[in-house]
Amino acid sequence: MLHRPTITIATAVAMALAGMSSANANTLRWASSGDSLTLDPHAQNEGPTHTLAHQMYEPLLQRDMAGEIIPALATSWAVTDDPTVWRFTLRQGVKFHNGADFNADDVVFSINRTRAPNSAMKELLTSVVDVKKVDDYTVDLITEGPNPLLPANLTNQFMMDEDWTKANGAEQPQDFDNGGDNFAVRNVNGTGAFKLTSRVIDEKTVLTANEDYWGKDEFPNEITEIVYTPIQSAGTRVAALLSGEVDFIQDVPVQDLARVDGTDSLKVNSAPQNRTIFFGLNVGDEDLTNDNVDGKNPFADLRVRQAMNMAINRAAIQRVVMRDQSQPTGIIMPPFVAGWTEALDALPEGNMDGAKALMAEAGYEEGFTVTLNCPNDRYVNDEAICQAAVGMFAQIGINVNLDAKPKAQHFPLIANKETDFYMLGWGVPTFDSEYIFNFLVHTSSDDRGSWNGTRYSNPEVDSMIVSLGSEVDLEKRAGTVAAIWETIQSEVIYLPIHHQVLNWGMANNIEFPVQPEDQPHFKFLTYAQ
Amino acid sequence: MNNIQNDTAKPLAWYQRAWQSDVCWSFRHTPIAMLSALVFLILVSMAIFAPWVAPHQPFDPSTLNLMDGFSPPMESAIGSGNVYWLGADDQGRDIFSTILYGMRLSLFIGVAAVFLAASLGVTLGLIAGYAGGWVDTIIMRIADIQLTFPSILVALLIFGVARGLTPPELRDQMAVWVLIFSIGLSDWVQFARTVRSSTMVEANKDYVQAARLIGRPRHVILRKHLLPNVMGPVLVIATISLALAIIAEATLSFLGVGAPPTKPSLGTLIRTGQDYLFSGEWWIILFPAMTLLLLALSVNLLGDWLRDVLNPKLR
Repeated sequence: MLHRPTITIATAVAMALAGMSSANANTLRWASSGDSLTLDPHAQNEGPTHTLAHQMYEPLLQRDMAGEIIPALATSWAVTDDPTVWRFTLRQGVKFHNGADFNADDVVFSINRTRAPNSAMKELLTSVVDVKKVDDYTVDLITEGPNPLLPANLTNQFMMDEDWTKANGAEQPQDFDNGGDNFAVRNVNGTGAFKLTSRVIDEKTVLTANEDYWGKDEFPNEITEIVYTPIQSAGTRVAALLSGEVDFIQDVPVQDLARVDGTDSLKVNSAPQNRTIFFGLNVGDEDLTNDNVDGKNPFADLRVRQAMNMAINRAAIQRVVMRDQSQPTGIIMPPFVAGWTEALDALPEGNMDGAKALMAEAGYEEGFTVTLNCPNDRYVNDEAICQAAVGMFAQIGINVNLDAKPKAQHFPLIANKETDFYMLGWGVPTFDSEYIFNFLVHTSSDDRGSWNGTRYSNPEVDSMIVSLGSEVDLEKRAGTVAAIWETIQSEVIYLPIHHQVLNWGMANNIEFPVQPEDQPHFKFLTYAQ
Repeated sequence: MNNIQNDTAKPLAWYQRAWQSDVCWSFRHTPIAMLSALVFLILVSMAIFAPWVAPHQPFDPSTLNLMDGFSPPMESAIGSGNVYWLGADDQGRDIFSTILYGMRLSLFIGVAAVFLAASLGVTLGLIAGYAGGWVDTIIMRIADIQLTFPSILVALLIFGVARGLTPPELRDQMAVWVLIFSIGLSDWVQFARTVRSSTMVEANKDYVQAARLIGRPRHVILRKHLLPNVMGPVLVIATISLALAIIAEATLSFLGVGAPPTKPSLGTLIRTGQDYLFSGEWWIILFPAMTLLLLALSVNLLGDWLRDVLNPKLR
């Protein structure tokens, strides 16, 4: 009994000491709905995966919190006299977390790794034919033809340490879609502002500030430790924010915006996101595996696709499911992207009778049954949107079985072409249409179309897409982009729903504007005094 | 005199005997039992007659109007102008109708799971208790091992494996059967243990010995002689198991591994509703949760009462 007060006093003293030092020890407790899929920086081209990677790894150049391109590991870049060669001058004195120096060899290695067959990032560098070291701090990227837009494709191409990666047998990116694994999936050696301390997948990831970070003085760097917890359930996530268990959530559930904003100690920062949510349809196969129509593919009939596009009541989804936190659209391209026009964005006419007539004309008066694959921890209200769509499709006779799964199981279905009807959201880090075409429209092949789950294949469109990579005449390029969009819109291979709106919820003392790609770079975060 | 003699001599009809039985007497003198039986009967009949009682057809997605979503109770909805007694959920489904259909599903899964667990448990218990020796050892050790795991964990495990084995396009249709299977298999041990011990007591009684002596086959002895005499405790366990099975189903569905959101059970409804707890749409979670509470409580109270009546030591 005598000991107890002593212990209490000791604890109190210890806590007071800890409190004193907290002036320069800031722990950010951060939550969002789904975890990063892998730590291998080239194995998945997915927002939350990049978000975690960006804290620890760095690309040559990156987008800041306003979406503008700024130097990261390269200090300057320019086209040389030869228009097919881009020259990058590298930052000197940069060290990886293990103490190794960063130099041109690492860049050559990393760029080649992102172009490997297993890499999920290869579509971004389809125009690159070679990468050459000029000297220790200069690297040339050689493109097939002149590519004026190359820098925008490098903002998510992370630099790894060649020696570390090779020593640990991780030269090839993880083959994510086939359950591959390597050392870099669980370990990190980057140049970024934070180091990996510990990680339990889907539970908790702890990062600590990198004391030797080159950008110590360039960025605020006020955070000393980040504790990241994925919380899938919307109610639990917002409860964690309300109770102060976390200080920052990336996705405030739309129904709780008023509640969070009305809480004194919290605030919500909102902005439109560079991301569009849509459904993909298998238009290319002879027959579908997940439907009840034998011997033919109902989605191959343009009239069925048009009918489905007309049956989606986007205004109702916006109002009821999204509570106005979305911009309904008729195209899979967010307004941030070069090539976007208001005319393309116009909503398809919503007309139930017309849709039913089209179904009848296509010979599906009795309707059919099909499975819709949907993620349940990736986009804002993803499962609820799918459920709402099930009701809308039922009204034109399409009986949809909804199969909602976590994204870690959902995305491989698209990549491996195992789904005929799926939800996907697409953000555009290059802010250019070519990125969408390369991933979602080009025939699925070795170097392009890895996320084209529609089996859509149009050689004419493909050659137009390929020509974009080396077109220097920007006006002509814009013309080709418009022509491709026109074809896609008339073919209705995707059913667009809306552009997402971002709502970041955070403690009142945090100063952090919303990044349009939903990429919080925590080195920019500051605390109000 | 004659009349009286006639009256007493006349055998009582079955319902008269039932009315005068110990069990019924106790029932008539236990208000809690009567009340919970009444609640249970009302809930069950509403569930059984849901297609006629429910004002809407919540399982038919083509009849839903999304614009009615989140309509508060007793207010006319924005989309269709319908008035929903208990409000509408996030998809514009009438909560009252959804509860009826959801309860139907929950009850069906609960009853079927208990039936499966009881058949399995009673059979294995009889065999173990009567055969003894290594048969008994094997069956009861399996039961012991299963008892070391929480039954919800066993159910989750069986559910995961069974779901993995069903083809994706059949999953929604199979979900109910997979649930029954996993809850039933996780719950047979109680039955087996009780029946085994009763069987061991009964097996040494004279009537069983006599049956053996006249050479009746073993399966006949088990079925005709032993089974009727060990059924009393089984009834009690079955009632309490029913409440547990309904809750187990709700738990699995609440965790997102049970009934699909397009064909929700009570647990699925509660899972959906909890997302709207902070935003003030209380009716989406409150009414399904209250229904689950009433259902589980009434079955549990009935089970408790039945146990007290059938157990002479507690009287």
